[in-house]
Amino acid sequence: MTTPPRAVSLRGVEKRFGDVAAVAAVDLDVRPGELMVLVGPSGCGKSTLLRLIAGLEEATAGEVWIGGRCVDNVAPGDRDVAMVFQSYALYPHMTVAQNLGFGLKVRGASREDIGRRVDDVAALLDLAGLLSRRPGQLSGGQRQRVALGRAMVRDPGVFLFDEPLSNLDAGLRLRTRDEIAALHRRLGTTMIFVTHDQVEALSLGDRVAVMDGGRLQQVGTPHEIYRRPANLFVAGFVGSPPINRLPLSRGADGHLAGGPFRFAGDWAFDEATLGVRPEDLGADPEPTGALPGATPADFKTTVLRVEALGSEQRVHLDGPAGAAWIARVSPALEVAAGDRLAVSVAWDRGHLFGPDGARVAAPPCPIPDLRT
Amino acid sequence: MRNRSASFARARAAPARAALLVLACAAMAAPFLWMAATSLMGQLEVFASARILPETPLWSNYPEALTAQPFARYFLNSLVFSVAVVAGQVGTATAAGYAFARIDFPGRDRLFMLFLATMMVPAVIVLIPRFLMIDALGWIDSYQGLISTELVSVWGIFLMRQYFRTVPRELEDAARVDGAGPWRIFRSVALPLARPAVATLALFAFIDAWKNLLWPLLVTRSMEMRVVEVGIAAFHSTYEINWPYQMAAGVVAVLPIALLFLFTQRYFVRGIQLEGIR
Repeated sequence: MTTPPRAVSLRGVEKRFGDVAAVAAVDLDVRPGELMVLVGPSGCGKSTLLRLIAGLEEATAGEVWIGGRCVDNVAPGDRDVAMVFQSYALYPHMTVAQNLGFGLKVRGASREDIGRRVDDVAALLDLAGLLSRRPGQLSGGQRQRVALGRAMVRDPGVFLFDEPLSNLDAGLRLRTRDEIAALHRRLGTTMIFVTHDQVEALSLGDRVAVMDGGRLQQVGTPHEIYRRPANLFVAGFVGSPPINRLPLSRGADGHLAGGPFRFAGDWAFDEATLGVRPEDLGADPEPTGALPGATPADFKTTVLRVEALGSEQRVHLDGPAGAAWIARVSPALEVAAGDRLAVSVAWDRGHLFGPDGARVAAPPCPIPDLRT
Repeated sequence: MRNRSASFARARAAPARAALLVLACAAMAAPFLWMAATSLMGQLEVFASARILPETPLWSNYPEALTAQPFARYFLNSLVFSVAVVAGQVGTATAAGYAFARIDFPGRDRLFMLFLATMMVPAVIVLIPRFLMIDALGWIDSYQGLISTELVSVWGIFLMRQYFRTVPRELEDAARVDGAGPWRIFRSVALPLARPAVATLALFAFIDAWKNLLWPLLVTRSMEMRVVEVGIAAFHSTYEINWPYQMAAGVVAVLPIALLFLFTQRYFVRGIQLEGIR
């Protein structure tokens, strides 16, 4: 592979379908050679954004730059991108070899060149024995590899993936995810990968862009996205089980309070939301303080349900002020529905979100000042 | 219990249904059988009452009928006419159908409705304007006169448009990313995928052209330009009607269509199904 990886830059990109803004004012820079994952719920505009980059949709406003040139008036085939579609979009009337070579043939490559490059990619993706078959004669995983090969054979500067794993079963999905990660390491090409699966996003991406309602909510490394979510949406969307929440409101003493907690401070708002990841809760029958930074027994509560997943347990709690909270605890803890637990919170890893949902920069106040 | 009584009712209804189907088949086949029987009768025997089958089959009717007029030339003309109409209708219907299905242009849907509206106009009404146009072009009694106004089929455009709408858009998107332009996508992706619909259209167009009498009768004058249907009709003149010869030529003319139908039945069925695609 010889084409250098391209940078992709979106500047104020907007796409409207009638009155509906599918993508609204998106600014995003994808670095050369980076694997950027666009993640968000269904209908958030991530696939539309990918199609705008590919040139399959025309932006209502804004500019798309690929490899340092504005490609707004450039046909999809001339943008130096290749795309893997959710349905694979293999041409059913062509053999695997013809599918792989179609892009090269359209570009006028010689028969010898097409044959050589198709053979190279087929060898790389273990498709050599399938070249004379048609897509209808292949399994889902094989079709997925052909779709990948069709993108690779053209040696593009940017790969675009539109939820390519969503049609695979769980095992194959995991294996293919690893293969794509390995392919990215080997080729070093810029890749933009769309998925609605946050685990896929966090495990694959060099950086992750979280979208909702057509807007970018946050762009960052998987660690940043998970550990420092920009807002309540990102905190809630990324992470399974989802982040525990507790609504807070300013009391007569000026402190933000909710359930057993009170947060002292000079708050600029009257209402806020406390967010705590399930793994940042320590749950123990004895109030010993299970986590570093946690205090013994921030509150005591009743276990509603236990999900034993083998490597961990998810304990559903009757949380503060009646909120449904989940704690992720060790499988060694012997716990059952109806048990009483002492729950501790790792406050230094907690989050406070303002009334507009944005994360407040300051971490929650030290525990001695905060607790009721 | 209910299942058992339902299957019992079905079993009782089966012979009645079979009898009905046999009756329908007989009604459909009777004219063809009568044509075949008549083709083997003598001129006067045709008018003998209560006679369905010939007393002695006159096989000589066939060579005599086929040499009474230059039927070899007529068959050639019918073949040229039908093949040209098939090529023309497939070409125009696939291109227009694809444009109506996939290409965004101003007024596309209104134009399509206008095309469809022309299907409501009886073909006989446009026969005279067509004739005047061909006459003005000086194409009377020529292949171009015979063929040119038959090259577009609105039904064919409708059929192809409906079919192209079922082709997944992602395939065309993939081709666009692969670098293909609209013509390349049409030629290399959409058209090969529409082969079943094209086969159906070609079949219907061929049959329609082969059995077309009115237009060739109107636009051809010389024996050199006549098609088979016109030749068959020519046995029926003002002063003389030779039924056995006419029926013999009719049997021979229907053979290619019957053979075609035998080998391509599934496309007929598919054609009827495709009209239901939305």
